[in-house]
This record gives sequence, C-alpha cells and structure tokens, in this order.
Amino acid sequence: MELICPAGTPSSLRTAVDAGADAVYCGFRNETNARNFPGLNFSPEELVEGVAYAHRHGAKVLVAINTFPRAGALELWRKAVDDAVAAGADALILCDIGLMAYTAETYPDIRLHVSVQAAAANPDAIRFYVERFNAKRVVLPRVLSVPEIAAITRATTCEVEVFVFGGLCVMAEGRCSLSSYATGLSPNMNGVCSPASHVAYEEASGTVTSRLGGFTINKFGKGEPAAYPTLCKGRFKTELSTGYIFEDPVSLDAATLLPGLRDAGVKALKIEGRQRSRAYIENVVRSFREALSALEEGRTIPAGMLLSMSEGQSNTLGAYRKTWR
Amino acid sequence: MTTLHAPVVAFPPFVSAALRPLPLHPLQFFLSAVLRRIVRQHPRMFERLGHYAGKRYGLAPSDLPFGFVLDTAPVGPGIAVVRSLPAGLDATISGPLQALLGMASGAYDGDALFFSRTIVVEGDIEAVLALRNAIDDAGVDILREGTALLGPLGRLGEALLRHQRRGDTGAGNRKRQGASSWN
Amino acid sequence: MKLTLGPVLYKWEPGAWRDFYFRIADEAPVDAVCIGEVVCSKRLPFFQDLLPEVMDRLGAAGKEVLLSSLAFVTLERERKQIASLARDADLLVEVNDITALTHMAGRPHTIGPYVNVYNEATLNWLVRNGTRRVCLPPELPASSVGALVKARPDVEVEVWAFGRIPLAISARCYHARLHKLTKDNCQFVCGKDPDGLAADTLDGQAFLAVNGVQTLSSSYANLIENLPDLASMGVASCRLSPQTCDMAAVSEVFRNVADGRLGPDEGRHALDLICDGVSFSNGFLKGAAGARYQTLVAAGSG
Repeated sequence: MELICPAGTPSSLRTAVDAGADAVYCGFRNETNARNFPGLNFSPEELVEGVAYAHRHGAKVLVAINTFPRAGALELWRKAVDDAVAAGADALILCDIGLMAYTAETYPDIRLHVSVQAAAANPDAIRFYVERFNAKRVVLPRVLSVPEIAAITRATTCEVEVFVFGGLCVMAEGRCSLSSYATGLSPNMNGVCSPASHVAYEEASGTVTSRLGGFTINKFGKGEPAAYPTLCKGRFKTELSTGYIFEDPVSLDAATLLPGLRDAGVKALKIEGRQRSRAYIENVVRSFREALSALEEGRTIPAGMLLSMSEGQSNTLGAYRKTWR
Repeated sequence: MTTLHAPVVAFPPFVSAALRPLPLHPLQFFLSAVLRRIVRQHPRMFERLGHYAGKRYGLAPSDLPFGFVLDTAPVGPGIAVVRSLPAGLDATISGPLQALLGMASGAYDGDALFFSRTIVVEGDIEAVLALRNAIDDAGVDILREGTALLGPLGRLGEALLRHQRRGDTGAGNRKRQGASSWN
Repeated sequence: MKLTLGPVLYKWEPGAWRDFYFRIADEAPVDAVCIGEVVCSKRLPFFQDLLPEVMDRLGAAGKEVLLSSLAFVTLERERKQIASLARDADLLVEVNDITALTHMAGRPHTIGPYVNVYNEATLNWLVRNGTRRVCLPPELPASSVGALVKARPDVEVEVWAFGRIPLAISARCYHARLHKLTKDNCQFVCGKDPDGLAADTLDGQAFLAVNGVQTLSSSYANLIENLPDLASMGVASCRLSPQTCDMAAVSEVFRNVADGRLGPDEGRHALDLICDGVSFSNGFLKGAAGARYQTLVAAGSG
C-alpha cells in the first residue's frame, strides 16, 4: 500500500519525502484547494521545485484542485490544472465535474484522482467518474466501514485510497455547508472549513469559550483538552442532552486496521493534515512508515502511538469499525 | 530536529522570580540582532506571510516575568521586550517559553500544543496561523540562530535548553484510544 | 416565476404525509411537487404504498410531479433502489446523488440541490447528459446564480427559497445517537421531530436542526423579499421545502408576491405570522453567513 502524505509548505513536502512518503499531496496558494489557509500552500514555482525534489527521491506529487470552481471564474481553476500539469505533477485530485471534463479533454494522459470532496461512496458513483472522465483512483469518504470498503474494491476496477490518520469529517465531504452557514465561507467554494478569520477564543476564569462567526461552538473547563471550533465537533444543546451531538473532537487513527485495509484491497493510505506543522508531518509519516514495515514483516502494529498529535488528545477508528453493525 | 510528543516543561517559579529585577535592554538588543539575522537568512518567510505581514503579535511566556512584541512589518520588522503586553496587538500567544520556542523551531506542533492547552491563543487567529505556517516553512531554528550570535557560551545554553526539552518523555499522555464509538 | 414544493425531508406519520399532499393538491398554488425519500432509505417503506394515490391526486390537480432520489447512497439495497428508480420511473426523476446519474445515460432528468452544481462548466456537462432543470445548492450566492442563468438560459434554474436549509448529510444517524440507539435499530426516533430536533449553542442560541442523518439550519430560508431580484435575474423557479407550518398558506404568499399582488415586505410579514416566530435567513444569497437575514425594507421593520 502506498503512503500518501500531506504537504502544506515546501519544507513540509521535503520533510514528508524524507520521512518515507511514497507520494505527497499539496495545493496552490488560493481557493482552488480545500486547505486554503493563511501562510500555507505552493506558488507554481514552488510546486516545480517540490516536484523536482520528490522525483529525485523517488516520491510522487499529487496536486489537489479540490474545490468547486466559482461560476464566472473558471480560469483560476483551469490555470491551476495547467500549472500542475506543467510542473510535472503525477496526478490531479479533483472533485468538480466541469473541471474533470476540462482536464480529461485537455490532458488525456494525466492521472485523475477523484477527491474525497466528490463523496463517491459506492461502486456506481465511482463508475461514473471512471467511465466519464477516465478516473484512475478514488479517495473514499470517511463514512465507510472496512467491509463496505472491501465490497467497493471488489466491485470496481478503480484504485481505492482511504484516510488513515488525522482530522475526521463525519459529514459526507463536499456536501457540507455548515461552515458557510456560520461564516459565509465554505470548503466547497473557498477551500476553508470553520475559517480562522471567524474564530475567537475567550478565556475567563479557566474556561475557554470558542466561537465561530459569533456562534458559541464549545467551552472547555480547566485542564480539559481543547479543540479548534470545527462546527461538527462542537458541543450543542438539545432537549435530550448537551454535548458532542455530531462527533467528539477526536482524530482518526486507523494504524491498527492496516491489515484489514490491505485485505480489503486498498491501494493507498492517506494522512490528513496539510495545515499541520513539519513536526506533525515528520512524526506521523515516520510512524506510519514503521507501521507499514511492521505489516510487511508480520509484526504487531502498536496502537495510539500518535495520541498527542490529535485533536482533543483522543483518537477514534472512525467509521471503519461501525458500532451499528 | 527533535520531534517529541512529550509534555512541555515550564521553568520553575524561582526562575521567574530571579529574572524579574533584571534590566530588559540587553535582552532587547540581543533579540533584535537575532531577528535581523533570521530575516536576512529567510527572505521567503515574509512572502509567505502575504497580507498578514505587518500584524503585531504578543508572545507571553507564562514562566517568565516579561513578554515580547513581534512586529512583522515587511520593512523593518522588530521585536520588543516588555514587562507586560500593550493593548492593541493583533494576536497574543501565551504558554511556557519552551513551548513558544519549540513551536517556532519546528520541534513542536502548534496545533498539538493548543489541543493540550499548553498554549493559549487570543485575537486574530488567522494571523497566528499565517505566522506559524510561515515560520514553520522557513525552518527557522530560533535557538540555533540565537546561540550562533553568542559563540561558545551560546552553545552551552542551547545544549541546556534542548536537554530540558527532551526530559520527561511519554508521561502525561491521555490514553483514550477507542473511547469514541462510531454510532 | 414557478413554485416547486420540495420533498418532505422529515419522517412524518404516513397518514399525515398523505393528507399533506392531498391538501397541497387541492389548495397550494404550486406548479411542481417533488416526492420521495431523500434523507434516509429506511423511511421509504412507511409511505411507499401511498405514493400512487398521492401522485394521482397531484397529477389530477395539474401539478407536475417529480420523483426525488436519495441524497447519499452507501448501501447495496440503496443502490438497487436508485437503479430501478432511474431506469423504470415514468415520471421525471430529480437526481440528488451522482449514483443516480450513472444510470441516466442521457435520459431527461432534473438535478436536485444535493448535487454540486457550482459553475457553468458543470452545468454544461450535465445538460449535455440530459439535465433539464437544476435546483442549485442553497449556499450559492446571487452572483453565481446569475452567472449560471446567463450561461444556460435554456435550462430552468431553481433556488432554495423557503424552509430549513439542508447543510450536511452523514452516514451516521444523529437522532439515533442522541437517543443512544444504533442506526440499525433506530426505532425511527426521528419521527418524534416532524420539523427537526433543535440543536442550540451552549448559550441557548438557536443554530441547527437534526433530522436523522441530515443536519439542517435552525432558521428557515426565506427569499420572499428577494423574489423580484430573482425574477429579474431569470431564475425560473423557487423551491419551498415542507415544514410543519401551513405550507398551502406559505405557497399562497409566495404566489402573491411573485405575481405582484402583494409587496415583498407584506409577504415577509405574512410569513412571520404563518411561521409563528421561527427566524428567517437569506444570507447565502448575499454571499454572507447563511444564518443572516438581510431585510430590504428599512432597518427595524418586519
């Protein structure tokens, strides 16, 4: 299985490659990618340098152009496709039908990966992208169990990539407007979720209150691990109970499930976190490289080795082990 | 690069007490030199800051009796040592000096420090992210830059600081793997 | 301006569900009605047998009837159901997930608000493949709506004009989770909340509403004051999404404002009374936070 690692900056790219990534994924410094955060991402020149560095060390570079182009402004997204191909990218990660059509027509030889933002969650939806745009790989949404993934790989010729570590969307990706409801900025249109520009923390007598767009998303008592005010990981009040009604502020860590994912026919493992630091990249990539070695040699994979890197200092196996089945 | 997931060690209170009466001018002089050196050696850092260049950040080490004001104006960035942070800053980051230094040197992950509530961030969060990402990409090692200016004495200080950061590995991690079932 | 009644998104009692559509057929001045289960495939058996009589009644009343497909398809049985709907339906199908599009193979259909149509390139591609009408994603700003209408004047473009806004869909059921039940043994607890379950902030501010696997806004979208603008932009239809308030009365108000018999501010006031204190939003249309409501009349009124 290939290890696909995040690179928010050129130095993260080098760190990921040095730490044992088979491929890194990155995006341009604008709203064409879903991690359009301040101080992150690549200029076209930096991408050229990054691709050169990765290729020199035997790693691939996948360029994420995974937001939905704004009506009347298609040029920015098409230029991102053009620039990525010109830089020598090994594949493009896309979600928008129109942009896929442009790419498949203009660059029939470039590998097209279906972004998780397309939320292709079953063999029929995947077949659509394979037949219409010659997609070679699909990144599955983080809502499927291991047996469901196995059923998908059996039913499709398309390569399957799954997330194994990092931030966890509990909603179907690319189909969520929670962020824009509170802030006006969304993953689909602006490449940001719960953007920092609309975040406020307020500390009073040991309790931290986090707000997004003026809405209170959470409160943390003294000593309680904090979390970024991502909407779906906030505490809310209902007539039944008050708390994390959608998801706790946890991170995905599927390291212990690697044997199951391999047997399910998964081709590539993805680590989330282009917005995280070099320290995170180094730790997580190295740990998963070791876990993959352990898997190949038939050794046991240690659990919870990356706990401190996680949101809320807590990990979950996510949907991979659904408790309703 | 030391990449640890150990808890950050704060200076014991007596360190803060001992430092309180000291004049700030020598430190101010020294840090300005360090900053000039960093700016000279990492010109791309300001490019990456984009339109956040010009923001003013307060850094408040919780275990020291003074703080810092970092001005990221692209022309003539500066750092000031202050007894207490002034009003009107764009953002402030507070926490043990080790955490602040470790974050700036790429040894600690800023998000992880925040999640564990080792550091507290207030004000313009976007500006903080921009600064964090720009420093992280530049690969600035503030300890090394500082100690390079100090010569042999600096190398001794660097060794001591790095030793302190390495201590206490593994303790204090909350083990909650699997606590959340996917229902 | 046409009016389209969207599918009921909540789990209503089968009898109430049927009576609702009978009343729409008899009293609501809407041009088209979408029916079918969009949110959770487990709910379909409850009203499946009532579909023919409801479709007949709506058709007899002169309404165009569309069959809405499921918005998020993960299970084998859901795939089969979508395939048969897409291949065998006599009526126009409203596609709410790419899964249904796979089976369309150029056959005429409409696109629902859960498919990501954000730009003219995507719209063009869809139209080449049989799309006749599109209800746009609710988060699109007016600038995008205008650009899409301009790019394809031959395609009917619809906007989400009334009712709680669908903000997210998941494989996980939040109703079951809140009731400490598993999804497979959910006991259909979502049926307890025919207008959605309020999820407020810790400070008690109304914010979201839970509807099984779907998360909606607490506020009702309400574009009544924007109707004249939408009409002049060339928007063909407004979608009214069923809530428990009097939807026949809601459509009457929209009809009257669209036809100029009622001023937009009067329409807003009438909807205030019908919806009994629910807060409204139209921020998405302005490119602002979706939760906001910007009134066109002088500040403080309404």
